[in-house]
Amino acid sequence: MPNLRDVVGPYFGDFGGRFVPESLIAALDELDEAYKAAAVDPAFQAELLELHKTYTGRPSIITEVPRFAEHAGGARIILKREDLNHTGSHKINNVLGQALLARRLGKTRLIAETGAGQHGVATATAAALFGMECVVYMGQVDTERQALNVARMRLLGAEVVSVATGSRTLKDAINDALRDWVSSVETTHYVLGTVAGPHPFPTMVRDFHKIIGEEAKVQVRELTGGLPDIVAACIGGGSNAIGIFDAFLDDPSVELRGFEAGGDGIESGRHAASITLGRTGVLQGAKSYLMQDEDGQTVESHSISAGLDYPAVGPEHAWLSKIGRAQYEPVTDADAMEAFRLLTRTEGIIPAIESSHALAGAIRLGRDRGPGTTILVSLSGRGDKDVATASRYFNILDEGAEQL
Amino acid sequence: MISTSSKLGSAIHSRTDAGSGAVIGYLPAGFPDLQTSIDAAVTLVNNGVDVIELGLPYSDPVMDGPVIQAATQRALAEGFRVRDVFPAVREITSQVAAPVVVMTYWNPVSQYGAQRFADDLASAGGAGLITPDLVPDEGAEWIAAANAADLDRVFLAAPSSSDARVAQAVEASRGFVYTVSTMGITGTREGVDSAAAALVARLRAAGVDNACVGLGISTAQQVREVLEYADGAIIGSAFVRALAEGGLEQLARVSADLASGSRVS
Ligand SMILES: Cc1ncc(COP(=O)(O)O)c(C=O)c1O
Repeated sequence: MPNLRDVVGPYFGDFGGRFVPESLIAALDELDEAYKAAAVDPAFQAELLELHKTYTGRPSIITEVPRFAEHAGGARIILKREDLNHTGSHKINNVLGQALLARRLGKTRLIAETGAGQHGVATATAAALFGMECVVYMGQVDTERQALNVARMRLLGAEVVSVATGSRTLKDAINDALRDWVSSVETTHYVLGTVAGPHPFPTMVRDFHKIIGEEAKVQVRELTGGLPDIVAACIGGGSNAIGIFDAFLDDPSVELRGFEAGGDGIESGRHAASITLGRTGVLQGAKSYLMQDEDGQTVESHSISAGLDYPAVGPEHAWLSKIGRAQYEPVTDADAMEAFRLLTRTEGIIPAIESSHALAGAIRLGRDRGPGTTILVSLSGRGDKDVATASRYFNILDEGAEQL
Repeated sequence: MISTSSKLGSAIHSRTDAGSGAVIGYLPAGFPDLQTSIDAAVTLVNNGVDVIELGLPYSDPVMDGPVIQAATQRALAEGFRVRDVFPAVREITSQVAAPVVVMTYWNPVSQYGAQRFADDLASAGGAGLITPDLVPDEGAEWIAAANAADLDRVFLAAPSSSDARVAQAVEASRGFVYTVSTMGITGTREGVDSAAAALVARLRAAGVDNACVGLGISTAQQVREVLEYADGAIIGSAFVRALAEGGLEQLARVSADLASGSRVS
């Protein structure tokens, strides 16, 4: 069997492909060519590495969290601190790679979709750094619940378009970004923010994030002398998860665990757990698992976390689930918020609500396996953007206090 | 490829043989409700439209602009189901001779089952499918199903398509090739892009049977211009807007006006 790490798109098993309008194919071909050339070009890699070092702040550290782990059956829990990256999440890893590529392709305008706003902020940041124009599409529901990030993007000079169609969340923002791109490909690069969409995005975005797992593998070995037993991450489209999984794909002793947004619970129908549902379909350029009705119409997803509120998932995860290399399960809003509170109180680290799903997963796994188990968790982002949501959730604002 | 059983091919040829070209009119099934969408298609044909393109409402229509998005979202909100498209096609074809081609994004067909969809569409008297987010590279299942059911298959060619992809669209299509006039999505525009004429010429060089131009056509003058070099002119948003704003009466007026652009003078 070939190494799992060596698999590249367009297909991951039956999943993936390029289900897009013909108008976009030339741009995808051009991007694929440019990416393949850049991937083996030492000058490109050196430039990206330099940005990682001097701008993003890589390598990101790992932090062992024993006080948190007391609540997780005494397992050994180690966080990979993507929250400490410039702009506050893992998203910047991919954005800097794509922005460099866009510049090579002579594009002067970046567009992006965003859910939690972290990818939008990262894209707006890269556009400011490279002197490019930037438009970010964001569902209206998300512009409201992640208002802080809307302000950050505007401060950075980006135009934020509030998308009022469909479910008014991430999926609809992607639709509008695709519509923009169909009309603007000559000057514009679409910086897709996760490992979804048509080829080459799932492969390229994975490659730009695999540095997360590569660093963590070395760091965990230095700390513990071995491999982790389990690697855990939250799953929206799946970019932080594939980023931390990738380096461990061919280490069979390492369990890979993805945690989807369980919303109000799977039985309620109000969730975003597309792998758990396991229904194959085509959405936004790729064949993968997605939430759909009998007619193939996309069903609205629900999650307290804007970044996980997406009714599909990247094709490589669908494939890893199907072949049994990685396991995926849902975490409810309530469990995620409890993990959010715990990490904040026990370790002084306020996580993003997205990442809190992975933390809740780690608590569950730790209680199940107990001491002696080492769990590496992707702390994909920080919770500054979620302060308003969390304050409302925990009801901690003084009466009459200004809205956050 | 030239096919004798192509319903779209013969309808378009009868117009090109007469020295003009076909007017193809798009409307979504189920908008504003199923019966009115059937009546609206019949109205188009009675007012000079040669081919009906019946849109299948879909939750995530990335090739569509605001007018068509609003109409298809409304149809879905009113309870449109994929299975409703077959009786609609049957009703329209029982009332008028014009062929009905269904325009659909891929996932609804894929969930219904490609072969089952093809068979049910053929039994309803439909001509075939236009598949805006299915490129021939991903189209093997549909091409096989359409062949088995003897249906037309309309793929797209865009100004950005390479010569090899233009040739592939010609090879994979039966009935006509949907010639995307401009880099963009559906919606009315001031002028039809000059890119359209250049793309039709490239399709002809690749041996296309029929090249029909769509995106942005909304006046009789534009229809006339397009038919000077193409085999058909596809009108969408202008008809949907007329139906949305002024019902069947306004639709009849607008279609008679636009179809006049295909009159042989
Ligand atoms: C901090 C954080 N983690 C995770 C995600 C989910 O995306 P993905 O699954 O692609 O990592 C987001 C998306 O907005 C995010 O902001």
